[in-house]
Amino acid sequence: MDMFISQFLNVEIIGQALPLLLRGLGMTAQLCLAVVPLGLVGGLLIALVCLSKHRAIRWPAFVLVDFFRAVPPLVLLIFIYAGLPFIGIRPSPFVAVCIAFLLNTGSYYGEIYRAGIDSIGKGQWEAARSTGLTTTQTLVYVVIPQAVRNVLPDLVSNTVEVVKLTSIASVVALPELLYSADMARSLTYNPSPIVAAAVIYLILLWPCVRLLSRLEHRVAR
Amino acid sequence: MDSTTVFLDAFFNRAVIDKYLPDILWGMIITVEVALAVVATGIALGLLLAAVRSFRVRPINVLIVLFVDVLRALPPLVLILIIYFGLPSVGIRLSGFAVLWLVLSLVLAAFAEEIFWSGILSIRKGQWEAARSTGLTFLQTLTHVILPQAVRMTVPPLTNRTIAITKNTALGAVIGVPEILMQAQTAQSFSGNATPLLLGALAYIVLFVPVVVLGRWLETRFAWGRA
Repeated sequence: MDMFISQFLNVEIIGQALPLLLRGLGMTAQLCLAVVPLGLVGGLLIALVCLSKHRAIRWPAFVLVDFFRAVPPLVLLIFIYAGLPFIGIRPSPFVAVCIAFLLNTGSYYGEIYRAGIDSIGKGQWEAARSTGLTTTQTLVYVVIPQAVRNVLPDLVSNTVEVVKLTSIASVVALPELLYSADMARSLTYNPSPIVAAAVIYLILLWPCVRLLSRLEHRVAR
Repeated sequence: MDSTTVFLDAFFNRAVIDKYLPDILWGMIITVEVALAVVATGIALGLLLAAVRSFRVRPINVLIVLFVDVLRALPPLVLILIIYFGLPSVGIRLSGFAVLWLVLSLVLAAFAEEIFWSGILSIRKGQWEAARSTGLTFLQTLTHVILPQAVRMTVPPLTNRTIAITKNTALGAVIGVPEILMQAQTAQSFSGNATPLLLGALAYIVLFVPVVVLGRWLETRFAWGRA
């Protein structure tokens, strides 16, 4: 038991690593502030393109969405970070992560919005249009607000996934929470800093998960 | 060299494809092995947990909810690193393959439990009462009446979640599991060329696009279940 505590919950080592971990947490926060809005806005655009009446516009969008949902985000990230320099484009780790997230999580958000917009009955469109609203006005004032409300649990759930996913930025040496923790681990030969990082993730995300679980079960009933 | 030649040479290099395609194919086999193992154990454990939860024994349910919440809140990569680097220091040595399988199975089990439990809750009380009044035991009611109806409804969300989690097999590259991404990265650094990375991405597309399309189809096929 003592060995377990000194290996996983070593207070002394966690204390030493704490400043590093907090700086990492700051970077994780910046990353979230960049990629969550990117995904939310990008996803909405993708959903609107997928709803286009013209097949020539709609189909490429569907193919791209399925494409980016099939490729693991880490593979996409490595491809952008390690592949693009070969043709002379050298994105910084932060930019590479943002591009990968825009493509990957944008596709997931897009699918959620699309399901939401699909769930709004045709009558809503017809009623709004017949009062003299244009298509854009109908979309902005009538359809999207209701659609977003219908898929709110899915949007929150995907956002939790996005926050968790920022941990893969550690693989391209972006000094976010997990990277800092892993660095502290390799300096101290003790996995306690990663356990501390896990606790930080838990403190941040547990309330969201609890809320989600309530939302999901309420909807199911 | 003009820019098209540079591009083709960097991403579609014939010599590199010929040399490293076998490695990528080998990586695909490993990825499929991990993915199938994760799906089998993850979903089975998830279903078991949901079934146990329906007995509504308070202390056990608190533990199940705790397990599910923690695994839903933690990034899988964090768990992988804790187990991979942590267990050896308390004397347990697991291969990268085993760690990847263990972590992803537990994560999938947590999500699957939530989805199955939602399904079980959505079955009306009358179904329980009717089945019990015909003389079925609690367990018989659960396995013959409730679960068959509940599981049916969970197919679309479960498929999507399973795809998302099995794609995380790529995280194995971080702990040296020789799956697609690991093979692609190794080949990229040996060849000094980006073609293997593109091959790796294509390998995932070949494996997962059919599953994504299947998920899309299931969603429309089972849509009535949600009404």
